[in-house]
Amino acid sequence: MSAPVTVDPWEVAAAVTDPELPMVTLADLGVLRDVRIEDDGAVVVEITPTYTGCPAMGVMRADLVLALHRAGFDDVDVRTVLSPAWSTDWISEAGRAKLAAGGIAPPGKAPVRATGPVPLQLGPTRRTAACPLCGSSDTEELSEFGATACKALRRCRTCREPFEHVKEI
Amino acid sequence: MAHEETVYDALGNAQEDHGHWAFGTGFDEPLAGVDTTVPDGIDPAELGEYCLMLGDDALVLAQRLTQWITASPELEEEVAVANVALDLLGQARLLLARAGSVGVLGRSRERATESIPDEDALAYFRDADEFRCTALVAAPNGDFAQTMARLLVAATVRLAVFARLRDSRDPVLAAIAAKGVNELAYHRDHAARWVLRLGDGTDESHRRAQAGVAAVWPLLDDVFTATDLERRLTDAGVAVDPSTVRDEVHGVLTEVLERATLTVPAWPADAAPRGRLGEHGPELAELLETLQSLARQHPAATW
Repeated sequence: MSAPVTVDPWEVAAAVTDPELPMVTLADLGVLRDVRIEDDGAVVVEITPTYTGCPAMGVMRADLVLALHRAGFDDVDVRTVLSPAWSTDWISEAGRAKLAAGGIAPPGKAPVRATGPVPLQLGPTRRTAACPLCGSSDTEELSEFGATACKALRRCRTCREPFEHVKEI
Repeated sequence: MAHEETVYDALGNAQEDHGHWAFGTGFDEPLAGVDTTVPDGIDPAELGEYCLMLGDDALVLAQRLTQWITASPELEEEVAVANVALDLLGQARLLLARAGSVGVLGRSRERATESIPDEDALAYFRDADEFRCTALVAAPNGDFAQTMARLLVAATVRLAVFARLRDSRDPVLAAIAAKGVNELAYHRDHAARWVLRLGDGTDESHRRAQAGVAAVWPLLDDVFTATDLERRLTDAGVAVDPSTVRDEVHGVLTEVLERATLTVPAWPADAAPRGRLGEHGPELAELLETLQSLARQHPAATW
């Protein structure tokens, strides 16, 4: 079975959702870096891990292969790209809106990683995140580490509900 | 060609050549599609040995941190420690896979079956004397205060080394380091805040934090001593001579301890490398016994 020429493999790959954040696609997250058709017809997909240890990479890879197979692309090669390192700044505006609608506060601006020593942050983290449930900006961080590598735990001081926050990296 | 009905079928097909190796994730090669060509002028065997040093530090520290699962002082901390361990495990996977990509596998390939990926062969089928981690990461956890003191020291050293490795002439190592810096900054600062909280806390927490620091400090004695291999690779623009991060590490640790109202112990005198050459205390063999027992008892296990 060969793909009808009208199917764009980028569109197929871009519709695949994240296994742990099912409200956003891999394209929304900036995890999907490139999709191209080689001369021999093979589809090459490039993805980059959010965190080095992200255990969802294998599932992302399999989901991409499955979606492209279903769209008629038999020969699919999903490759890992390590550089440049993923940053939350790559999450699209649409992705941020979907995260917020799904109850997860989107990240603010990622810290700039200049060359040289990384400065210590000993005080309470200065980042802020509006409550995705009631919209209040009066929220506090409970822990920089949450249920997945990419999220922190916060609590809203207004509606008292806890919520997750995609932390800046 | 029949198409998969579910993602689980896709996972199976993606792994046809390897079977479902039970101890790795089985369906994700961390360097899949990455160009692993070694640049001219770099000895691949030495590059691989260096990747084992950095990878083993991460693997063994991840295993130590994981020992806090179900035993942490609070649920959020359990999640945090698991996340730090997961990041380190990810770094270990990439570094061990990099070592495997240049053929540095030690005796692991004599023991591991063909279907086991290089990274898993290196993790599960080397004995303690083939590990290249330092005692700083292999030492037992002690109490929670000591665990956080060790994480602070180990993450500070690793962050300083990785920040410099971003310029490594090996592009794979440079990419791993650039990604690792972002993660290690979170690890170091998390541990630093605990040392601050405990040191500047109650009399009991202060006492434990000071005792934890006292237990960890002597482990720094061979951390800043380069092996001959590290010196050669530093000259080749690949590695970082650990003696060059000493002042930065001392500065960071002093700042944290002073803020935490803790006394900075005397820095240990430099000692010859031990762990980097495969000389370890019995605690590493004990840790590996737990880490490796399932893989070794069932070397061809599938699921």
